[in-house]
Amino acid sequence: MPNDLIAEHIPRLRRYARALTGERSRADDLVQDTLERAWTRFHLWQRGSNLRAWLFTVMHNVFVNQHHKNKTQRTEALDDAAPELTVPDDTQQSLHLRDLHKALEQLSLEYREVLLLVALEQMSYAEVAEILKIPLGTVMSRLARGREQLRALLSGQAPAPLRRVK
Amino acid sequence: MSTELPTFTDADLHAYVDQRLDPARRAQIEAWLEGNPAAAERVRAYREQNELLHAAFDGVLEEPVPERVQRPRSARWGWMNYGGLAATLVLGVALGWLVRGESQRALPLSIVLPKQAALAHMVYTPEVMHAVEVGADQEAHLMKWLSKRLGVKVQAPQLQAVGFTLEGGRLLPGEDGPAAQFMYRDTAGLRLTLYLRTGLHNNRETAFRYAKEDAVSVFYWVDGSTAYALSGELDRERLLNVAQAVYKGINP
Repeated sequence: MPNDLIAEHIPRLRRYARALTGERSRADDLVQDTLERAWTRFHLWQRGSNLRAWLFTVMHNVFVNQHHKNKTQRTEALDDAAPELTVPDDTQQSLHLRDLHKALEQLSLEYREVLLLVALEQMSYAEVAEILKIPLGTVMSRLARGREQLRALLSGQAPAPLRRVK
Repeated sequence: MSTELPTFTDADLHAYVDQRLDPARRAQIEAWLEGNPAAAERVRAYREQNELLHAAFDGVLEEPVPERVQRPRSARWGWMNYGGLAATLVLGVALGWLVRGESQRALPLSIVLPKQAALAHMVYTPEVMHAVEVGADQEAHLMKWLSKRLGVKVQAPQLQAVGFTLEGGRLLPGEDGPAAQFMYRDTAGLRLTLYLRTGLHNNRETAFRYAKEDAVSVFYWVDGSTAYALSGELDRERLLNVAQAVYKGINP
């Protein structure tokens, strides 16, 4: 059944969603909506093709739709969103993690998605291109800019001015 | 030293950070980085980002998955682990009426049908005394009654050729109207059920489809306005064999 095939990917969908939204309940809402859609559209998945990539595509679409819908609401809500990270014992490290969390929120969506798929989900660049339906070159340029912005944010500098994303 | 040091693009640098270079290329870039402190610093920073991300979010992988995301909202009703037959029976009966809500109606038949059929199978096959409502000894009455309730002529196919004898049948609540279940049994006591739903719109004939719900295998198909689902706890090949016999029995 679809559910069995999909189930094994849920932990990773949750991890990605957590990093993408920065907040547990919103992340699980996103996962839930993603599964909802994946389930009812399971017949669109081509058997034998990369199910994980397909599920991440579904999540991307759901997320982008919701993001556009809630854009104004979201900006207001960001300050309240309590970071729910797995905080290790080391205080120095957890400070770092809090910085990371804030920095991720400030990254533009396009950069955040590519960066997380590559750096956290360890997808190949080709997979990321497939998931986000963008050319490989765009993946590479977003990755480069995302990493540079994150570097600036984490080192306490203002991020480089946003450039228009293809 | 060499004047023919290869050149590296930004993409190479990222591929190096993400460990996507082959060993030869990796060695070359490491040599190159030694003479390029700015690039080396970027590599260090990017690697630290990767590590930070994993430190921050890998814990999610170990968390128990909350019940609400284990399956989609609209399908969750259909498949709970049943603790007792009574509970399931109540669920099974309630389901038929509740399922008429809007969200369920949107679910495609390919999801609803095998679930309902397998659920009905799991509820009634363990029954000793009341496995069927009307026994095969009153077959003519059973068919007349079910035909009347389902609104089409219903006939339970003969499956002796594949080792199963009709035990009887019952009326069930379907998604938006009545459904029927026929029960068959082989000489070893193994039971199969054939679940029928009628009144489908815009459904042409489909091929056999297979689903597995826990231990129950289901072959299901649509033939005109009627959907059929054959359920049993037996392997796919054997069940397919019976499904073909059912199909031939219905479409002689």
